[in-house]
Amino acid sequence: MSNAIKHWEKTRSLLFVTLAIWFVFSIGIFLFAAEMNEVTGPFGYPWTYWFTCQGSLGIFVILVFWFANRQEKIDEEFGFNEREDS
Amino acid sequence: MIKGKFIDNLPKVYGIYTGGFIGFIILMAIGEQMGMTAKAIGVAFVAFTIFIYAIIGWLSRTAQADAYYVAGRQVPTVFNGMATAADWMSGASFVAMAGGIYFKGYGYMALLVGWTGGYVLVATLLAPYLRKFGCYTVPDFIGTRYGGNLARFCAVVVLTVASFTYVTAQINATGTIASVALDIDFQYAVYIGLISILLCSMLGGMRAVTWTQVAQYIVLIIAYMLPIFWISNKIGAGFFPHFMLADEVARIGELEQQFGFIKNSAADLATVPKGLAGITKAHSAVNATPWAFISLALAMMMGTASLPHVMMRYFTTPSVKAARKSVGWSLFFIFLLYSSAPMLATLSKLSLIDPTLPTGIIGKSFAEVQALDWFQNWNAANLMFISDFNGNGTLELNEFFMGGKAVVLATPEIAGLPYVISGLVAAGGMAAAMSTADGLILAIANAISHDVYYKMIDPKAETAKRLLVARVLLVVIGFAGATIAAMEIQGILGSVIWAFDFAMSGLFFPLVLGVWWKRANRQGAVAGMVLGLGSAIWYLVWVRTGGSGFLEITQLTFGIFGAAVSLVAMVVVSLMTAEPDAATQRMVDEVRIPSGKTVTGK
Repeated sequence: MSNAIKHWEKTRSLLFVTLAIWFVFSIGIFLFAAEMNEVTGPFGYPWTYWFTCQGSLGIFVILVFWFANRQEKIDEEFGFNEREDS
Repeated sequence: MIKGKFIDNLPKVYGIYTGGFIGFIILMAIGEQMGMTAKAIGVAFVAFTIFIYAIIGWLSRTAQADAYYVAGRQVPTVFNGMATAADWMSGASFVAMAGGIYFKGYGYMALLVGWTGGYVLVATLLAPYLRKFGCYTVPDFIGTRYGGNLARFCAVVVLTVASFTYVTAQINATGTIASVALDIDFQYAVYIGLISILLCSMLGGMRAVTWTQVAQYIVLIIAYMLPIFWISNKIGAGFFPHFMLADEVARIGELEQQFGFIKNSAADLATVPKGLAGITKAHSAVNATPWAFISLALAMMMGTASLPHVMMRYFTTPSVKAARKSVGWSLFFIFLLYSSAPMLATLSKLSLIDPTLPTGIIGKSFAEVQALDWFQNWNAANLMFISDFNGNGTLELNEFFMGGKAVVLATPEIAGLPYVISGLVAAGGMAAAMSTADGLILAIANAISHDVYYKMIDPKAETAKRLLVARVLLVVIGFAGATIAAMEIQGILGSVIWAFDFAMSGLFFPLVLGVWWKRANRQGAVAGMVLGLGSAIWYLVWVRTGGSGFLEITQLTFGIFGAAVSLVAMVVVSLMTAEPDAATQRMVDEVRIPSGKTVTGK
């Protein structure tokens, strides 16, 4: 059972890290939207405009894949990975 | 059907299908050159694609509960990602979102952030755990985790309220497109849309919906991207619009400065047909307060993680690991379309308002604009309107009005692309609305047939009888949705946003805390669902009937209020009552470990 507890602790810290990154790019940066939009960002778009149409969205895609890989590593570490592969 | 073989051959099957579809587009283009009429092309596109979906629906027919409810739990990650993307991207995403961005700019781009960011919550908080649980429906999880028919029933009610609000919008969208493409009355077109939707899901349930949704994703993504790339290249904005439209965005800003946003008088606006709007907000400037933006994004994110028709797509993957990866793929396929929507809004707006482009109409004389073919068509369809308020004979920015739907549906025509592209866009919009409607109707029918009928009324019912009940419900719910859609109470985008708010108010915390908080018990969950949904409905009615609201929570974001009430009620009531029994706590431990059998033992 202690194995399961340790597994859950690690799973939970991964959740907090993932949600912290999520929070920054879904909420945090938009607190400074007006200021950030004054500055030219990637491909010449204003920063805020770029984040709303590509930046944040793309970061979420990468974040979900990164999270899935990390969680798989955690599951393997404690021997909770599924035998069958998809 | 040789099932195993079909799954192994998926890339090949859909590769051939995509090739066939592109072949059909080329065939139509040749037809257009040889004098096929615009109407014939529109009918051919819509009819051909629906015919293909119906064939897939027929081939996927099944008499097994596992296949009907969760597609036999063997859908590979990437394909489940495509199916989820089609399930997710509705008529609102396809037809209405670019329009919302076109008119409201930054304020509405919160939808882009919200409708993608929500998947981070799905991946981390819910999908893998619900997959491990091994349930057929979302209320099945609530009912088993918290125990008791009351909790299960409350979940069915929340699911039905949210999904039904959503589905009427989708049937409305299929009706709009069918009525434009087939040139028939909206009242009848709604039922044509409905019959096409039912063709996909009736016989094969989740299995049929999965394989039609993959096919529909392919159609809708081609239909959305092709015009954007074409227009961008045509007006010389750059061959890869997503990375090259910065100058165009800046140019729109300049033009806005030059024309100015002149406010029309109320008397003038009264002459504009209902539902049409002019350009009154800056395209790329930050035109909303941080809270207005963040609250809308937050409501959409939590709503995403509570909508049952999305969650149940992750019940169909072969493993927990696959469920997680599949969320990533879903989001990737959604990203492709969402990152394109602002580009379409930019190109569409520039084509219309830039006087230096041949397609620009601002600054032209009224007679000239009224003589344009496309203007006459869309004016007749009640989606475009001009009026010379200041009487100077030339069209000003504040004298041109357009419906939100027209941004996607009419832009190819405005930009002077061949009609074959407009036909393709109609087929894409139809695919988007149909795939979502299918997912939603199935979610409601499955919840009622599995959770209410099988689990509560007749637990001894045989599979054949259960599936018959499920199918009858599918038809009944579909017709009820179509009848309400025909009344046209709320716009497409508005009803969709409401559905998110209802879902998050009633289901977000009962679902999340069910996995992440062992102490959560039945009484708490019931209180959370009932008070959450109840307070959300109360707030919506209050604001709609002239109430002032508080904290600037509007009728688009009332779910934030509902969810907050739900959280407080659930925590307080759970702590006031006894903790869940040992068996339930063991069940939660079991859910948290990916390996081994599913909790329900299947």
